[in-house]
Amino acid sequence: MSEPTAVEKAPAVKTATPAARRIIGSVVGGLLPPLVAVIGAMAVTSLVIVISGGSAADFLSTIFSMPNERVQLTIINQSAMLSISAIAAAICFRMNIFNIGVEGQYIVGSCAGAFFAGSGLVPGPLNILATLVVAAAAGAAYASIAGLLKVFRGVSEVISAIMLNYIALTMAGYLVTKYGQESGYTFTTERLPLDAQPLGFKIFPDAPGDVWALSSLAIILGIGYWFLISRTRFGFELRVTGESETAARASGVNVNKMRLIVMALSGAVAGLVWMPAYFGSVHTFGPPENFQAGLGFLGLAVALLGRNRTLGIFFGALLFAFLSGQSNALQSAGIAKDVIDITQGITVLAVVVAYEVVGRRRARAEAERVSRQLEAERQGATA
Amino acid sequence: MTTEQQSFSSEVARARTFRHTWWLVALAVIVVISTVRLYTGADRITAPGTLRAAIIGACPILLAGLGGLWAERAGIVNIGLEGQMLLGTWGAAFFAYHYGPLVGVLGAALMGLLGGLLHAIATVSFGVDHIISGVAINIVGLGAVGFLAKTTFDDLKGGGPRNLSGYDTPPEFTVPLVADGAKALADKHWFVVSDVAGAVAGVTTRLSLLTVLAFVLVGVTAWVLWRTSFGLRLRSCGENPQAAETLGINVYRYKYVAVLISGAFAGLGGAYLAMVASSSFTVGQTGGRGYIGLAAMIFGNWRPSGVLTGALMFGYTDGISLLSNSGALVHALLLLIAILLAVFAVIKVRTAERVTAAVVAALSVGGFVWYFSSDTVNASFTGMTPNVVTLFVLAVFSQRLRMPAADGEQYRRGGAG
Repeated sequence: MSEPTAVEKAPAVKTATPAARRIIGSVVGGLLPPLVAVIGAMAVTSLVIVISGGSAADFLSTIFSMPNERVQLTIINQSAMLSISAIAAAICFRMNIFNIGVEGQYIVGSCAGAFFAGSGLVPGPLNILATLVVAAAAGAAYASIAGLLKVFRGVSEVISAIMLNYIALTMAGYLVTKYGQESGYTFTTERLPLDAQPLGFKIFPDAPGDVWALSSLAIILGIGYWFLISRTRFGFELRVTGESETAARASGVNVNKMRLIVMALSGAVAGLVWMPAYFGSVHTFGPPENFQAGLGFLGLAVALLGRNRTLGIFFGALLFAFLSGQSNALQSAGIAKDVIDITQGITVLAVVVAYEVVGRRRARAEAERVSRQLEAERQGATA
Repeated sequence: MTTEQQSFSSEVARARTFRHTWWLVALAVIVVISTVRLYTGADRITAPGTLRAAIIGACPILLAGLGGLWAERAGIVNIGLEGQMLLGTWGAAFFAYHYGPLVGVLGAALMGLLGGLLHAIATVSFGVDHIISGVAINIVGLGAVGFLAKTTFDDLKGGGPRNLSGYDTPPEFTVPLVADGAKALADKHWFVVSDVAGAVAGVTTRLSLLTVLAFVLVGVTAWVLWRTSFGLRLRSCGENPQAAETLGINVYRYKYVAVLISGAFAGLGGAYLAMVASSSFTVGQTGGRGYIGLAAMIFGNWRPSGVLTGALMFGYTDGISLLSNSGALVHALLLLIAILLAVFAVIKVRTAERVTAAVVAALSVGGFVWYFSSDTVNASFTGMTPNVVTLFVLAVFSQRLRMPAADGEQYRRGGAG
């Protein structure tokens, strides 16, 4: 039925060069879904607010108001941590593994890192580097549990990781109460020695706080991730395995080994998620007060939003951090700040739906194009 | 024909012996529990109060697990149970406060159903990855409940921005004679008899109607899914949707129904938390019980009776972690676990699975060492028992577990061609 329109459209499209068409196509296909998703999520959230008797205009004007300098700093720092979490998730996503365990892995990484840093075993600024290694190693080791169970026992990594997330939180709480010190009502690890507290970037001289030094980790890891995935043989094999396990196996990739390495790598990055906050402002670890939980789940969402690409992840993280940063302003405007969770959740849902629809449409267009070409060739052969 | 009949009858025979074995195993477990109780002197292991707490802990997990079962039997993985349960807690509190407990329960189911609808639209109609949709629903669920609580409960009497109390809950009743008799028998602390009596007393004392409903729903689920043509069709959508489609089954419709029911069950689990386990509502009341329900379902090998077993076991650990002074109790349980592991290791040696046997034996020895080298166990460990047990079961039995063949797979209409 749609054939006549396709034929009509064909000449118009042909005026653009194939390369240009491809670029336009990928820009539209890559940018449109997230844009539609964000607008859709805003619309749904506004609807929820209106139904419950609030004012959508208040909501939108508060969300899109310019945040003050203090909030801007929060947004930058939070987006850095979200980016790291999203990169951890993306490494696995590219190989078609769902690492829902980022949450648990960064709890373990943070706990191990904080205990190590607080003990002051390594003197001075070198402590920072050593702590990062410890945190990454702890995260990698913890992720490897799920990886090993998957490879050797065939256990779904999603289920085992969910269980491990809870175990991580409980164990961290236990360790801190047992080996930490009492501070007020809660227990925390020993405080980070002063000589291991890096100076941040003071971009607003008047505002309290700064951009944490280790927020720059996000950029380093982002570039490293891009390089690893698209410029190395390992990254290529990783992507091949993600696309088709059989094809990878046929071309000599040891899929099980890849799975273990990728899981550990993802866990290592996850172990670093909270380090910017630790070195930048908290200096101690003790959930729930002296820790920020939930970054792992949000990281998964950001990775999906950014389609597992470095730049996409940065933008997605910035968007989510912006929304969370504005939620306090919402609270003072009389709207419960939890509403932002609805916006974030719906954004993820909408963006995957949008990608799914775009992908399916593109596949159909491709099939039509091929069949048209074949038809033309056959006619040419008979003529 | 004859060979078919033969294989059928041998299968029936095997099923009978299987059932037989399970009764024996259950009896053996009770004997071991009783022995451990007498040896350690921790009479609270099977005291009526403990078992009542266990049942209250089990029901929300059971309802979530059954919800997960409905969805997965139709081929949809529902990680969103947690979010749907959360929606249920709010629904129960809101509707019960304004319209009474019956409407409260229905409202909770309705809220869970709405969460299920969202999941169904994303996974069935749009073919989105089930896990992604579930994670998103959990984020939305938590946000929605926080938002709704602030908007609807803040101005109420007995309410606050994140909590509400002062609504009626479903009635409780005590079975006359049976409850008192069993209680008296349980207090005698006899071998085996008192343990069983403790269980009976725990079940029959101050039993909530919602508890009864939860257990009835196990039977209803088993009957509908395995004894009706509707259930057969629904399960066929989880095993081989393409084949189901060629037989004229509207796979989308069945998947939708399954996920909606799944959400409603999770919502009821939320109602249980807000109405029976506690008589007030707080934001985030589920505390990961949706995930535990999912674990109970996997532990139970995607079967209602298995879900029940898993839920009771996990509910026991959940229930006792709320009891006061549970350290000694958990310490006694440690011995029980070590003994059961040792038995299991022996079984594994006999079936010549050396690696598994060695690992299980090592765990068992660890349990014994832990038991004899300490007098009490930190209460925070009880909280993570369900998770550890699930991991263990998955690691050891993963080859024995059989999930629906097309579980979690994307299905598009017309893909059968």
